[in-house]
Amino acid sequence: MINWSYAFKVLPNLLRGTVVTIQLALLGVLAGVIIGTIVGLIRVNRTRILYQLATIYVEIIRGTPMLVQLVLIFYGLPQIIGFRLEPFTAAFITFGLNSGAYTSEIVRGGIQSIDRGQMEAARSLGMSYFQAMWYIILPQAFRRILPPLGNEFIILLKDTALASTVTLQEMMRIGQIQMARTGQPFPIYVMAALIYLVMTLPLSQGVRYLERRMGAGDQGL
Amino acid sequence: MIKVSRLYKNFGHLEVLRGVDAHIKRGEVVVLVGPSGSGKSTFLRCLNYLEQPTRGEIIFNGTLLGNSQVNMNRVRQEMGMVFQQFNLFPHMTVTKNVALAPMRVKGVGEAEAVELAHDLLGQVGLADKVAAYPGQLSGGQQQRVAIARALAMQPKVMLFDEPTSALDPEMINEVLDVMKDLAHEGMTMVVVSHEMGFAREVGNRVIFIDEGRFVEEGTPEQIFTNPQNPRTQAFLSKIL
Repeated sequence: MINWSYAFKVLPNLLRGTVVTIQLALLGVLAGVIIGTIVGLIRVNRTRILYQLATIYVEIIRGTPMLVQLVLIFYGLPQIIGFRLEPFTAAFITFGLNSGAYTSEIVRGGIQSIDRGQMEAARSLGMSYFQAMWYIILPQAFRRILPPLGNEFIILLKDTALASTVTLQEMMRIGQIQMARTGQPFPIYVMAALIYLVMTLPLSQGVRYLERRMGAGDQGL
Repeated sequence: MIKVSRLYKNFGHLEVLRGVDAHIKRGEVVVLVGPSGSGKSTFLRCLNYLEQPTRGEIIFNGTLLGNSQVNMNRVRQEMGMVFQQFNLFPHMTVTKNVALAPMRVKGVGEAEAVELAHDLLGQVGLADKVAAYPGQLSGGQQQRVAIARALAMQPKVMLFDEPTSALDPEMINEVLDVMKDLAHEGMTMVVVSHEMGFAREVGNRVIFIDEGRFVEEGTPEQIFTNPQNPRTQAFLSKIL
C-alpha cells in the first residue's frame, strides 16, 4: 500500500539533505570554475608539459565514471594516505575535479571563440599576455560561456545524488534512510525527485534566458 | 626612429617578407601601398612584434627588438596600432576602452585616465559618445575611438593597418581627417592604405611593396604620377 502521507512526513528530513546537496553543488561548481579556468588557459596556451598534464587530467576524468572516481577517493584513497576523508570532503574533491575537467573544455572553447584581434589590440597597447587575458579575453569569454556553465551546474546538482554511495547525508541518502525506516519508497522518492525538479527547472529557465540575451549581442551585457 | 634591416618573415613555407630595409624618421608619415598578399600588413605587424620576424633586425629608438633583454610590452606602449577591424573591446564603454591601458599598464589613476580619455575622445570628435558601447557606434566612429585608444598611451609612433578598408565610403573621410590632424601635429606614422588623397596631402614618402620586397619608394608625387617600376605602374593603373 502506498501511503502518500509519508511523502510529507519525511519532507523536513529531505530538506535538511537538500541543504547539503546545494552546498555540495555550489562548492563543486565553484571549484570547477576555478580549476576549469586554469586548465582551460593552459590548454589554450599550449605550453608543452603543462598542456600534456592538463590533457591527461581532462581525459582521465571524462573517460571514467564519476561513481568510480567517488568510491576510489572515499574508499580507495585511505589505503594510500592512511586515513579516511569525511564523506563531504571526498564528494567535494570528486565533484570539483569532475566539474573542473568539463568546465575547462567550456572555458577553452569560450576563449577560442573570441576574435584574435582582441588579444592583438590589447597587446598592442602594451598589456602583458595575462593582463590581456584578465581584462579583455576572459570577461568576454565568460559572458559567452554562461549558458553552458549553467547547464554544467544543473548536471552537477543532479549528480550529487551519487554522493549517497559514500554515506554523505545529502537528499538521496536521507531518502534511502527514510525508505528503509518506513518501507514507503515510492512516495519518498517521488518527493525527492520533485525537490530536484524544483531546483533545476528555474535554473534551466535561467540558462535559456541567458542564451536568448546572448543572441541579442554582447554589448554592454 | 625605426630602422629595419634585412627583415624576413615566413609563414610555414610561404615567404611573406623577403629582406626588407626601411628607415622611418621622426615626424615622418610613410604610406605603404601594394597588392593584397604583398606583405604590407605583415611588415607593419612585425614592427611591434605582433608577428615575430623570421630573420632581420628592427631597431626602435636605439633598442634592438626581439632580444630577450627587451621587454616588448614596454616597447609596444610607445607604438600605437590601429587595426582594419577596429578591435575595440565590446564589453566596455568607449571611455573605458581608452582609459584601460593607461590605468592598467602605466598605473595612471582612474580619475586622471578618464579625463585623458574624454580629452582624446573630444579630439577625435566623439565628446558626445563617451558613455556609449562600441556596438552602438558606426564604423567610422569606432575607428576614431580606436585611434584615441592608441593615443592614450602617448606613443612615439602610430601604425595604421588599412584603417579605412572596413568602412563604408561616407565614413572614410572622418577617419582620414583625424589621421591628417595627427600628421600635422608631427606624429610619426606608418600607414598601410590605398587612400591616395591622404598620401598626397600628408605623406612624406610612399613605398610600393610587392611579393615581400620594397619595389619602389619616393614622394607621393613621384610614385603616383611618375612610377618607374613596371610593377608599380601595373598596380597603380588598377587602383587609380
